[in-house]
Amino acid sequence: MTELDYSKLGLKVGLEIHQQLNTSHKLFCNCPTTLSEDFHTQLERYLRPSFSELGEVDIAALFEWQKGKKYIYRVPPSSCLVECDEEPPHIIDDEALGIAVAVSLALHSTLVDEVYVMRKIVIDGSNTSGFQRTAIISLGGYIEVDNQKIGIQTLALEEDASRKISDTGTEVIYNLDRLGIPLIEISTAPDIRTPEQAERVAFKIGQLLRLTGKVKRGIGTIRQDLNVSIEGGVKTEIKGVQMLELIPEIIKNEAKRQYELLRIKEELKKRNLTKDNIRNSFKVEDLTEELKDSNSKIIKKEVEKGGRIYGLKVVGFKGIFGWQLMPNRRFGTEVADYVRSLAGLGGLFHSDELPNYGITKEEVEKVKKILEIKENDAFVLIVGPKEKLDIAQNTILDRVLQAFDGVPKETRAALDDGTTKFMRPQPGSARMYPETDIPPRRIDERILQLAKQFMPEQPEVKLKKLIELGLSKDLANTILNSIRLDLFDELVKKYSPKVPPTFIASTLEVTLKYVKSKGGDISVISDDVIEELIKYVYEDKITKDAVQEILLELATSKRPLGDIIKNYIPLSDSEIEKIVIQTIEENKKEIEARRDKAFNIVMSKVMSKVRGRADSRKVIEIIKEHLG
Amino acid sequence: MLEGYKGKALEFLSFHNADLGDIIEIQKDNITIKGVLMPSYSKDDDIIVIKLDNGYNVGISLKGINNFRIIEKKTVPPTTKAEEKKKEEKSEVKIISTGGTIVSKIEYETGAVRPALTTEEIINFMPEIKEIAKIDAEVLFSILSENMKPEYWIKIAESAKKALDNGNLGVVIAHGTDTMAYTASALAFSFKSLTGPIVLVGSQRSSDRPSSDSPINLYSAILVAKNAPFAEVTVNMHGESSDTYTLVHRGVKVRKMHTSRRDSFQSINDIPIAKVYWKDKEIKLLRDDYFTRREKNELDAKFDTRVFLLKYYPGMRADIIDYLIASGIRGIIIEGTGLGHTSTELLEAFRKASKDGIFIGMTSQCLFGRVNMNVYTTGRQLQEVGVTPLEDMLPETAIVKLMWVLAHESDLDNIRKLMLTNLAGEMNYRHIPEYFPRWYHDRIRLQ
Repeated sequence: MTELDYSKLGLKVGLEIHQQLNTSHKLFCNCPTTLSEDFHTQLERYLRPSFSELGEVDIAALFEWQKGKKYIYRVPPSSCLVECDEEPPHIIDDEALGIAVAVSLALHSTLVDEVYVMRKIVIDGSNTSGFQRTAIISLGGYIEVDNQKIGIQTLALEEDASRKISDTGTEVIYNLDRLGIPLIEISTAPDIRTPEQAERVAFKIGQLLRLTGKVKRGIGTIRQDLNVSIEGGVKTEIKGVQMLELIPEIIKNEAKRQYELLRIKEELKKRNLTKDNIRNSFKVEDLTEELKDSNSKIIKKEVEKGGRIYGLKVVGFKGIFGWQLMPNRRFGTEVADYVRSLAGLGGLFHSDELPNYGITKEEVEKVKKILEIKENDAFVLIVGPKEKLDIAQNTILDRVLQAFDGVPKETRAALDDGTTKFMRPQPGSARMYPETDIPPRRIDERILQLAKQFMPEQPEVKLKKLIELGLSKDLANTILNSIRLDLFDELVKKYSPKVPPTFIASTLEVTLKYVKSKGGDISVISDDVIEELIKYVYEDKITKDAVQEILLELATSKRPLGDIIKNYIPLSDSEIEKIVIQTIEENKKEIEARRDKAFNIVMSKVMSKVRGRADSRKVIEIIKEHLG
Repeated sequence: MLEGYKGKALEFLSFHNADLGDIIEIQKDNITIKGVLMPSYSKDDDIIVIKLDNGYNVGISLKGINNFRIIEKKTVPPTTKAEEKKKEEKSEVKIISTGGTIVSKIEYETGAVRPALTTEEIINFMPEIKEIAKIDAEVLFSILSENMKPEYWIKIAESAKKALDNGNLGVVIAHGTDTMAYTASALAFSFKSLTGPIVLVGSQRSSDRPSSDSPINLYSAILVAKNAPFAEVTVNMHGESSDTYTLVHRGVKVRKMHTSRRDSFQSINDIPIAKVYWKDKEIKLLRDDYFTRREKNELDAKFDTRVFLLKYYPGMRADIIDYLIASGIRGIIIEGTGLGHTSTELLEAFRKASKDGIFIGMTSQCLFGRVNMNVYTTGRQLQEVGVTPLEDMLPETAIVKLMWVLAHESDLDNIRKLMLTNLAGEMNYRHIPEYFPRWYHDRIRLQ
C-alpha cells in the first residue's frame, strides 16, 4: 500500500510520556524504588467501582468490574503496608516533587501553586487501592523539535502501578514492587504532524528527563502512550509503546485504520444502508445441531464442552468484515477483539473468511440457507458457552452499528509488530476524584530550592562539557543521547582523571555494543558490574584492555564475575618474560625457518596467551629483547 | 455558597459572584486555565481550586491572576422527584446506620473522609445484598465514631430492639471502627436476651474507593444477621488482609488492634464465634457456647458516665486520683501493669477512694492474659485497699460495663458482685495457648 499523505489526512498526534524517577523513596511511602522477585506473602483482593465525586460511575471502571476478576498481590520484602493498601499514603515525596518541578521549569511550564493529589480510578487491579494517585504539577509550556514548538499540556507526578506477573482471565497476579515508584507524565498538545516527528519529540523529552540525572532506565522505565487522530476520525489512545523506534509505525497503522474505517462508513452510505436496516434484520439462530459435526477444531472443542454455535445475520455487510484496516487486521478482527474483551469469547468466524478453518463450503451453504443470507449480506458465527454467546451477540451488533459512525472512541494496546488492538472503551474524566488522605501541598520556596539541583542542563551545554572532558565530538554525542548518561557522569566523578573519561564513555557505548554484536547477553552487565571493572582499572588491578575481554566473557559464559577477573590479573614483567622465553622455545623451528617474520610469529602467539593481562607495549619490549 | 473558602479567596470569589460548580476561566502568567470551581480544602486563604477538563484539581493562587471570568454559571439539574417509597414486604434484616467510613463521602472543608451516604445508597452500591435478604435501612445518625457517646448507645439499642421486635431476623449496625468495640460492649450489657444477632460492621478502607472492605463486611454482616444461630452482640470485620473471609467476634471480647489494616479487629483472650466465607455465603461456626436466639428482646440500657479509665504509668502522681475523687466520679477502671499493678505510692489514694464508696477495678495494659493480684505483694496490697481484680476483661469492656453497673447499683458490694458476674461472656475463665497471637520472627519480616 502506498504511504498516506498525512497532512491531507489531517494527522494529529500527541504524546504521553511516562518516566520512572530514580528517587530514594516511593512517592507515598518510605519504601525503596527497587524491584524484587522475592515475596513473602500474597494478598487476594477484589475491586468494585466506586462513585466519583460527580456521582457518575465510570464506564471503563464498570467494564473491569463486570469481569469479576480476582487479584493476587505478591508482597516483596521491599514493600510496606502502603502498597498493600493497608495503611494510608504518606505525604508526597519531596525528592520526586523537586524533580517534577525542575522538569516543569525546563519545559517552560507554569507551576500550579498548590498540588492536589487525585485518585484516578483504574480497576484492572494494577493498583491495590483501585486507583492511581496522580497530581498535576504544571500546565502549559513547550519543547522545541525541528525548530517547531511542540506544546506541553500538563506535567503530572504519579505513582507507577504493580507489575503484572500473569493473567488467566479470572485471576491476575501482580508484584507490588513497582507500585508507588514515582512517574513523571508529560502530555504534549496534538501538535505533532508526522509519524517520524513523533519519535523525535519522544526522544527529545526522554533526553531532557535523563539530563536531570534522576530517572530510571531499563525495560519498562519509560513508556509512551500515543493519542492519534485524523480529520473525521476520533482521538484514539494507544497505550504502552515501550520502544521509541516503533512510534512511527504505530502511528502510520493507526492513521490507516481510521482512514479505512471512514472509508467503510462511506461505503455503507453508498450501499444505502442505515443502522435501522441492520438492527431490524439482525437475526440470531442457534446452529449447534447443524454444525456440531463440523471438522473445525474450535467448533469441536467448544461443542465437546457443551458450548453452542450461533449464527448472526448482518444485512448488506458483504466484504466489510474482510476489509483490511492495517496489516493483519481486518474489520472482522476488530469485532473479534471486542467480543474477546467484552464477552470473554474467543471463537468467531465471519462470512468473508469462509469456507476455511475446517468449515466446509456445504456447511457455509447450510448456514446461509437458515439465516436467509442474500448476495450482499454477511454472517458471523460464534462458538462458546451460551451465557457468553448471549453477551457476544449484543457486542457484535453494537460494534457493527458503530461502523456507521466511523471511528469508535477506544483505548488500544500497542503490539510489538507496530499494530494495535482494542483494549477497552475510553474512560471519561469522571474517574478522577480527590485523594482525601493527602493534604494539598503548596509549591513553596523550599521545593523550588530543592528543584535547582535537578535542573536538566541544556543538551548543547552538556555536549560542550563532554567535549571539554576529552571526548571526541562523536563520542560526546553518543553519550549525550545515551540512556547511561547518568552512569557516565557518576563514574567520571569517582574515577577520573586517572581513568580517562574517553575510556569510560567508550566502555559504556562502544564496548557494550561490541559485546552484544558478539552474541553476548548484555543484560547481565549491570551498572554495578561496569563500576566494579572501572574501579579495578582505577586501582591498577586490571588493565584497560582487559575490560572488554572480561565483559565479553561475562556476557557469553555467565560465570561469576569474580572467577573471570581472576584470569585477568596483570602479569608481572618476569611472568611475561617466562611466557616469551617459553613461546620462543616452542616455536624454534618456525622462527629459524622464517627469520624475517620471527617477531610477528612470537608476538601473536604470546598475545593470545596474555591478552588482557599484559600491556602490549611491554610485551613488544620483552620480545625484542629476547629475539635479539 | 463557597464551601471551604475563607479570607482573601472568599472575598475574591464573592466579588466576582462566582459559585461552586461555575465554569471559570483565569489568566495567569501566559496561560489560560479553564475549569469548574471546586470547594477548597486548602489551609491557605489565597488558593482557588479548579477542576480541569481532564478531571484533575489544581490549586491556583490569587497572586498573579490577571483576568478572571465566569464562562458559565452552574446549571442546577431539575430535581427528579424522589420515588414514592413503596412499603415493601416485611424486612428480614434491618440496617441501622450511625456513620463511619462504611458510609463515607469526601468532605471539602478539611479534605477528610466523612460519613454521609445514606444506607439506601449503600444498597445501590451493592445490589447483591438483595439476593441474600430482604432489608430495610435507617439512618439513625451520621456521626464520626470518635464522637459517639453513651446517650447514643441507648438510641442505637432502642432502635435495634424495635427492629427485632418488628420481626427482623437480625440487625446490622454500620458504625465507625474507632469506638465500635465500646458500642458493642454497651449493647451487649444492655440486652438481657435477644431474638436475633446484632452485628456491628464498619470498614477500614472508606467506601468511596474500589478496594474498600466495606461491601464484603456489610454483605457478610447481613448474612450473619439473618442466618446465624446465635443471638448476641457481635462485630463482623475482615479476618485477614485478603478479601477471603470475615470474622464474627463477641462484642465484649473484641478490640481494634491496628490503626489501618482491614483485619485490625481481633478477639482478645478468646476466639471468634464464626468465620464467614462471603463468596460461598457460608457461616462457619468456630464454637458452640454462644447465646442462642430467644423468645423476646429484653433491653435495659442505662449508663452512668461518672467513671474514669486510668492508665497507669511510672511516675503517675497520687494527687491525680485525689482530683478524680474530687470531681465526683463513682468508679475507676485501672489499666495496670502486668498482672495488675500500680506503684505502691498510689495505695493511700485508692484506700481513700474506696472508703468514699468509689469502685476501683483492675485490668491489664498487657491486654492478653488475666490479672492476678496474688502473685506479688503489691497486688495483695492493692486488693487490701479495695481494688477489685477483673479477670481477663478488656479495659474498654470493663469501663463500659462499669457505666452500666453504676446506673443500676449504688451499693459498693453489689457493684463489685455485678462487675464480677459474667453478664455477656466478657470474662473467660479458661485460657488456652491459641488465644495469644503468634508474631512473625523470621528475617524477611524484620528487614
